[in-house]
Amino acid sequence: MSDAALPQNLMPARPPLSRRVTGSTGFALLMYAGLMGLFVYGAYSGAARMGYNWQWYNIPRYIYRFTDDGFQAGELMIGLGMTLVLSLGAFLLAVGAGLAMALLRLSDLVIGKWLSIALLEFLRNMPLLVLVYLFYYVLGPIFTWSRITAAVICLGVFHGALVSEIIRGGIKSVAQGQWEAARSIGMTKGQAYLYIILPQAVPLMLPPLTNEAIQLIKSSAIVSVIAVAELTTVGRNLVSDTYMSFEVWFTVALIYLAITLTMSFGVSALENRIGRHE
Amino acid sequence: MTDAPVISARKLDKFYGDFHALKGVSIDVERGERVVICGPSGSGKSTLIRCFNALEFHQGGKLFVAGNEVYEGAKNINLLRQHVGMVFQQFNLFPHLTVLENLTIGPQKVRGVSRAAAEATARKFLERVRIPDQADKYPRQLSGGQQQRVAIARSLCMETRIMLFDEPTSALDPEMISEVLEVMVELAQEGMTMVCVTHEMGFARKVADRMVFMDAGEIVEMADPETFFDHPRSERCRDFLDKILDH
Repeated sequence: MSDAALPQNLMPARPPLSRRVTGSTGFALLMYAGLMGLFVYGAYSGAARMGYNWQWYNIPRYIYRFTDDGFQAGELMIGLGMTLVLSLGAFLLAVGAGLAMALLRLSDLVIGKWLSIALLEFLRNMPLLVLVYLFYYVLGPIFTWSRITAAVICLGVFHGALVSEIIRGGIKSVAQGQWEAARSIGMTKGQAYLYIILPQAVPLMLPPLTNEAIQLIKSSAIVSVIAVAELTTVGRNLVSDTYMSFEVWFTVALIYLAITLTMSFGVSALENRIGRHE
Repeated sequence: MTDAPVISARKLDKFYGDFHALKGVSIDVERGERVVICGPSGSGKSTLIRCFNALEFHQGGKLFVAGNEVYEGAKNINLLRQHVGMVFQQFNLFPHLTVLENLTIGPQKVRGVSRAAAEATARKFLERVRIPDQADKYPRQLSGGQQQRVAIARSLCMETRIMLFDEPTSALDPEMISEVLEVMVELAQEGMTMVCVTHEMGFARKVADRMVFMDAGEIVEMADPETFFDHPRSERCRDFLDKILDH
């Protein structure tokens, strides 16, 4: 075999024009815009056939309005505020509960380990809607919880189970040698967690935790079934008062999207930053 | 008290599932003594010294380290570990802390030493392992040999009285082995009690008071270096020495 038998040009051939066009970003954007245009056109023409009376001009005042008393938040904005408060409260609870469940699972206590697994499997395998009913109609009266308390606890515990797996994964991904090194300089298990393991595990947990926060904001809509006045409930009430179902639901969807997409981009930025430090 | 061995192992047994990792191992290490343990992989030598630091617990026999009995659930385990330093094959420095912080976190958090005092001690030991100028770097910025010397300094900062080395040079590039061995030789000359698992036979000849050869979970041969290297009694030990000394 002489060298001459090898191909002379090792550069890959330029892809054909059709591939270069279909593979380009511009083409993708164009496709996307086209599809979205079709969708919006379809919705509008369908609504027109139904004789739907669009009243977009009525929407802004449900977001905010200026009266003689100055700026006033509209119903949708107040609902959004409640969604954010619910989500924040539930997220803090979820992180606390998740940390406790993860540490219990990783502990040497056999009972603790089994308790944690049982709780995790129960919460993870139960429809969230059923949990909401369970917390509000069963546990609520027993512990005299308000709607909001029941909603926060229900969402917090449900997502806490999922957060516990994120935390456990993060802790597990720190090398075993770190434990041994920490123990070998006389650290207790608690000190090893606090000074050695968690500082290394937490950066790994941040992106999935932020994703979980996004999931939580979305699943908070479900507490509208127990009439907590969050964004979805407000939307439903507005629709039954004004019959502007298209405009209101489009607006509600956009508000959710605005929040969750912002957080998603935040996660990507976070992941890039962590990736750079590796 | 001063005459009692600092490590005294009596018929230690250790199992991993069905695998009998230590089969009735007995050994005494005197204060200031340097013991080098060698043997093929899987012979139980690492397991033995990990038992000395309570990173593993034996299931049979008795083990006394610095006058305290070591067993699973013993109250003074963390106190014991402070005085028994361990240097690992993979260094196991804390990657999120600077070199200086790697050295001070133990004294500060475990022994309650003030930050200033801990840093002064740390710089002193960094000087001794000859990397005083790397104090503010992170472990990943150092070479393997430098990392291992930081690991040694980290143990010394805890004012350890016994140092255990678990194949400290096995993960190093050849040109970095000597800089770590030099530090270990100095430690030995200063009278530190040392138990080293290593295949660096040149180092062993230079510093060891006693050589131990382990195979299949047992101590097969134990002798002073001269006898050990020149007149090994057992066939297994002779085979092993032939293999590692030939190249």
